[in-house]
Amino acid sequence: MNAIVTVVGQDKVGIIAAVCALLAENNINILDISQTILQGSFTMVMAVDVEHAKVPLGDLRVLLEQLGERMGISIRIQRQEIFDAMHRI
Amino acid sequence: MLNQKDILSTIEMIDQQHLDIRTITMGISLLSCCDPDPKRACEKIYDKITRCAEKLVRTGEDIEREFGIPIVNKRISVTPMALVAGASETEDFVPFALALDRAARTCGVNFIGGYSALVQKGMTRADERLIRSIPEALARTELVCSSVNVGSTKAGINMDAVALMGRIVRDTAKATEDRDGLGCAKLVVFCNAVEDNPFMAGAFHGVGEAERVINVGVSGPGVVHHALQSVKGQPFDVVAETIKKTAFRVTRMGQLVAQEASRRLDTPFGIVDLSLAPTPAVGDSVARILEEMGLEVCGTHGTTAALALLNDAVKKGGVMASSSVGGLSGAFIPVSEDEGMIAAARRGTLCLDKLEAMTCVCSVGLDMIAVPGDTPAETIAAIIADEAAIGMVNSKTTAVRILPAPGKAVGDTIEMGGLLGSAPVMPVHPESSAAFIARGGRIPAPMQSLKN
Repeated sequence: MNAIVTVVGQDKVGIIAAVCALLAENNINILDISQTILQGSFTMVMAVDVEHAKVPLGDLRVLLEQLGERMGISIRIQRQEIFDAMHRI
Repeated sequence: MLNQKDILSTIEMIDQQHLDIRTITMGISLLSCCDPDPKRACEKIYDKITRCAEKLVRTGEDIEREFGIPIVNKRISVTPMALVAGASETEDFVPFALALDRAARTCGVNFIGGYSALVQKGMTRADERLIRSIPEALARTELVCSSVNVGSTKAGINMDAVALMGRIVRDTAKATEDRDGLGCAKLVVFCNAVEDNPFMAGAFHGVGEAERVINVGVSGPGVVHHALQSVKGQPFDVVAETIKKTAFRVTRMGQLVAQEASRRLDTPFGIVDLSLAPTPAVGDSVARILEEMGLEVCGTHGTTAALALLNDAVKKGGVMASSSVGGLSGAFIPVSEDEGMIAAARRGTLCLDKLEAMTCVCSVGLDMIAVPGDTPAETIAAIIADEAAIGMVNSKTTAVRILPAPGKAVGDTIEMGGLLGSAPVMPVHPESSAAFIARGGRIPAPMQSLKN
């Protein structure tokens, strides 16, 4: 099962490192990363494989949100199907 | 991989444009709960609902978490109660409403719909008992919603029922006087009611439906409004295309959630209702979409045409996105639940007569409109008759959810809070319709009914 992680906020040192570390700790494989600075804010979209994750998606979401709060950025994870449904026919 | 822009646009829709799933509604048939002993029937009703919908709320919350899409309401609709309670040897139907209320609380849902009667052609004794119990039932429960179907294209309009409902609406307001007549916000009078509507207060589980079913109502006025901001000044063809594309996306999301809920709850998927349902929050208004099309204030000349385009484009965009579209599907115009409508009504631009014209081209009817508390029952009945006539002749659903505000006059406001919002009291015509309503009988079905 694939999910999409999105990170939006003010750019600073260590955002990618922190997010990737948390994902690795939970045995989540990163399939793709794209990152840009959009209108001054750091924007990263990651496709990840959560099939073998150590924790359920709901818990992972809480962990990522807590990390986001500590770093002053917004991090979320959502199942990929929602984006497929809305943008692919 | 998905385009980064698409992903971010979805997130923006959820974060800033109030995109959400408005409701997951589980329809449950209660026909198996009929029993000559009313007490036993109420037990069966409570048991069946709590058994069927045990996991509804938790499943809704799980889907919300995993997909990152808010699911605002989880609700239940049941078989029209007059059909179930009619089998019991009792004159008092209020205990059935209390049983529904208890079951809804146990399941943790926001509302339960189906304290209903279908009387478009005539009233059975059970129908009449149920209708007469509505004021007390709504005063003594919190989560129960009631609806009565008084007309249809096929049957005409039951004017005896219309007259009765005028009195019932007034009595319901009176019975809930201490709460600004809140009971009336949970009472809908329909013409051409649909059997698979997931939206309250008019939801009930029709007799043509399966044992259990999952219906989903999507929303998204904010998303449509935002999309239209990018086509300012362009011709209506472009406006219609833009709305269609947006409605398609929103409905696809609804279809996905509906299928997921249906699978997890092991309940057949019924329909997606692709309605634009506003909330009192800023940026979630249908009126503001109409204004975005170029109207200074919703309710001015051109509003009906704008709404006709919106309603049609929403359907066209949504219909391909779902395997089964049903319910009311269109644009809702509940005054108290729409920030832009409230503003337009306060200003005096949006009046009852204009709203009535708007209901000819949108998916429902006169919805969440506050009128003075001393409005005569016959006037309320006549308002219902007018709406029912629009529905009957145009082969569409129309409804009246009108709120006579106890002790309030034009210019006052009633506050209901939450999704129900607040409503400025609007004027009604002071001239009497009493002799018209006193006639009773039935308005015959129109020529359109003779299709066979």
